[in-house]
Amino acid sequence: MKIIIVGCGRVGQTLAEKLNSDGNDVTVIDMSSSKINEVTAKYDVMGVVGNGATYTVQREAGVDKADLFIAVTNSDELNLLCCVIAKKEGGCATIARLKNPEYSEVTPYLKDELGLAMVINPEYAAAEEIARVLRFPSALLIEPFAKGKVELIKFKLGKESEINNLSVKEVAMKYRSDILICTIERGDEAYIANGDFVFREKDVVSIVASPKNANAFFKKIHYKGNSIKDALIVGGGTITHYLCKILGRSGISLKIIEKDLATCEELSAQWEKISVIHGNGTRKDLLLEEGVEQVDAFVALSDQDEENILLSLFAKEVGKGKLVTRINRTDYDSVINRLDLDTTICPKNITADIIVRYVRAKQNTGGSNVETMYNIIQGKVEASEFIVKENSAIAGVPLKQLQFKENVLIASIFRNRTVLIPHGDDVIQAGDTVVIVTKQLGLQDVRDVLR
Amino acid sequence: MNYSIIKRTLGALLIFEAVFLALPLVTAAIYWEEAFFSFLISIALCLGVGKLCMLGKPKKQTIYNKEGFVIVALSWVVLSLFGALPFYFSGVTGSYVDALFETVSGFTTTGATIFPDGATIEALPKSILLWRSFTHWVGGMGVLVFIMAFLPLSGAQNLHMMKAESPGPQVGKLVPKVKQTAKILYLIYSAMTLVQLVILLCGGMPVFDAINAAFATAGTGGFSIKADGFAGYSNFLQVVVTVFMLLFSINFNSYYLISKGKWKDAFTTEVKAFLAIVFTAIALITANLLLNGIIDYGYSFGEAVRHTAFAVASIISTTGFVTENFDLWPAFSRTILVVLMFIGACAGSTGGGMKVSRVIMLSKEASHEVGRILHPKQVKKITMDKRVVDHEIVRSLNAYFTAYVLIFVVSLLLISLDGHDLVTNFTSVAATINNVGPGLALVGPVGSFSFFSDFSKIVYIFDMLAGRLEIFPMLVLFSVNTWKK
Repeated sequence: MKIIIVGCGRVGQTLAEKLNSDGNDVTVIDMSSSKINEVTAKYDVMGVVGNGATYTVQREAGVDKADLFIAVTNSDELNLLCCVIAKKEGGCATIARLKNPEYSEVTPYLKDELGLAMVINPEYAAAEEIARVLRFPSALLIEPFAKGKVELIKFKLGKESEINNLSVKEVAMKYRSDILICTIERGDEAYIANGDFVFREKDVVSIVASPKNANAFFKKIHYKGNSIKDALIVGGGTITHYLCKILGRSGISLKIIEKDLATCEELSAQWEKISVIHGNGTRKDLLLEEGVEQVDAFVALSDQDEENILLSLFAKEVGKGKLVTRINRTDYDSVINRLDLDTTICPKNITADIIVRYVRAKQNTGGSNVETMYNIIQGKVEASEFIVKENSAIAGVPLKQLQFKENVLIASIFRNRTVLIPHGDDVIQAGDTVVIVTKQLGLQDVRDVLR
Repeated sequence: MNYSIIKRTLGALLIFEAVFLALPLVTAAIYWEEAFFSFLISIALCLGVGKLCMLGKPKKQTIYNKEGFVIVALSWVVLSLFGALPFYFSGVTGSYVDALFETVSGFTTTGATIFPDGATIEALPKSILLWRSFTHWVGGMGVLVFIMAFLPLSGAQNLHMMKAESPGPQVGKLVPKVKQTAKILYLIYSAMTLVQLVILLCGGMPVFDAINAAFATAGTGGFSIKADGFAGYSNFLQVVVTVFMLLFSINFNSYYLISKGKWKDAFTTEVKAFLAIVFTAIALITANLLLNGIIDYGYSFGEAVRHTAFAVASIISTTGFVTENFDLWPAFSRTILVVLMFIGACAGSTGGGMKVSRVIMLSKEASHEVGRILHPKQVKKITMDKRVVDHEIVRSLNAYFTAYVLIFVVSLLLISLDGHDLVTNFTSVAATINNVGPGLALVGPVGSFSFFSDFSKIVYIFDMLAGRLEIFPMLVLFSVNTWKK
């Protein structure tokens, strides 16, 4: 696909990297020539210096031949203008990033009236992710699968976990839950579960299950992860604002520490039930005073990565709560992962993932039939949703008789609005939606998983 | 420094060179020449060493700027070292240094030869002649660009290599992907070569001559297979070659834009300036010949224009073909030709020299400097085609010019150890560093580089490579810091 990205900020660069490595023809536009130089030196993309909202610059970037136009500059208004012009001149699908909550509230109107294919709000997406984690604290990550009927849940095995030193097969026999063990991360390695795989302490396991079955499973294995009743949030930025909105009626009581008095007043005016503390959230005594030791969840959402990491580590030391840490920079991922921070939230990655998912889905509606694509383990394991067509090679044969390639797993079957967690005797039928987990990145067709 | 990726790329390069060598091999088989075995051994060596280098997978695929420059510089050195083998094995050149000189002169599209006279060249085996011409074609657009078009080298970062190999101050891509860009460039290049070949054949040139001429023109090289260069061919053929020499010295981006119907964008400031220089030079030299020399040379007006146009196109495109011995022309005409050597072709073409766009930018900078002396607070940006030229590019432009002059001076000094006259020394260095081929006096259109000492020849080899790769890749190769851990 030919894709134009306006704005080479964090999101723009992440998008350029991911979309380019998927084999798309990417052109980036930015006002700053040094930014363009930086991006074109790192990734195999073309750069155009100029204002992305002008027709001449868009034409130079090839808007007339483009399939998709993504505007992710820092200004919402500029993004909208870029998209409107691109839509008018190039007739391509457009995606705009809108940060301002006032615009997000009228998203449907904007999409319809301005012909946008998608509106994305990174902070809102991040807040949704945090909310999901707070509702299901034992998970490191929860992603909706198969139209939200099942979820992919990632969790880490602690020291006292019951399933340590058991194999996947033994776990299935012992607990008899309707869940599917999907992948295991051990250090830098990623594995796709097969029957003989033996769990060890500190493994990060991902399972696919409906929320109900997942809860039952966690209860059976006595996984420690109580539901969260209260959370302490440091930083009162946009994400916090959205988080309040999403968690408003969830029964989790929130406490926010924020430096800026005006922001505090705004928050407390809007959300009566939430306690807002005016103070420096990086001060140890304030944190202790506000109960960092007892709280069920600690959420570090300040703008500084270093501050967030430090605060989370402190909360870990003094308390037992679930940690959520906002990280903006991802280049030192490997170091951060070693720090035992439970869940890290990176708005730019979430945004990029959502857009990449959209692009892949769009790309595959034609030739192949990938519905949606999920990144299960960054750059190592992906899950793809397919609709199985008539005469498909995998239809009509019991799963255990199919000759799958190594490292391939059918994670779920969606049929008649219900989700099956597949077993060896199940048969895939035409019209089913299947989720396939594989190490083979960029899977294009169901047939590719067979030997 | 990522040595394993460098080794691997060089391995791939040698395998490609073996493929290139197959063309003269087939020629040698057709004419059943003894050189067949020289090519066979050379191919075997290329394949053997190439395969050896390709063994093992590199741990890291990343190519940074540093690796890009080193790969490009080493590639050209290795390519030449192995490309010289057929000359050496077949015994047509005396020493290996001679063979290397001839090969480097070929790949860098210089066209300076160590064969002492036309008779020697005409007596060479046909396969050797074809290899000489073919090296021009391979070197013209760049061998790594060729490899990039066909091999998935290392993903994103091979733009660094393209930048190091392609001529010009600003190297951009035509389309988002480097690989696709490389393919388009070679497509344009091959198509134009083919068109020229067909026209030459229609004009009655013998097939073998036409193939050689097309290769040598496309790469703006200049090796000729005839003792008298192009003088023996018909007027029509001379005009065709004149036109194509000029066409190949125009930025290939322009052809891409034309193919997309963007005629207006194709005629950039640089292309316009290039054409202006060409026509001015032709007018001045013709006038000079007619006014001063009509009695001495006996040219009619038509002949004067034709010979002048050929010589101007040949020199500014840095090809170096000859129809007339311009060394006998009046001083003014000869000086214009020497100036043209330095200006050279457009950036992004197959020609050499300093490149028209650099000359334009340097002149603008100089004039702005004058403005700044008169109005110290004046702010003025250098623009090309209504676009501000990045400060980084201006800075590297200045550095390029300085390095260029320094290398020129040092080379001149080293060459003068041989004891020849200043005109010979000056124009020989100018002809090699600008990848032109012929100079004046002893290295003039009828001369050769055979009489220089081996030491001087090595200096020329360096100059030709430095000129083709625009100085810095070669300097990086010889910098101690490059190889430090």
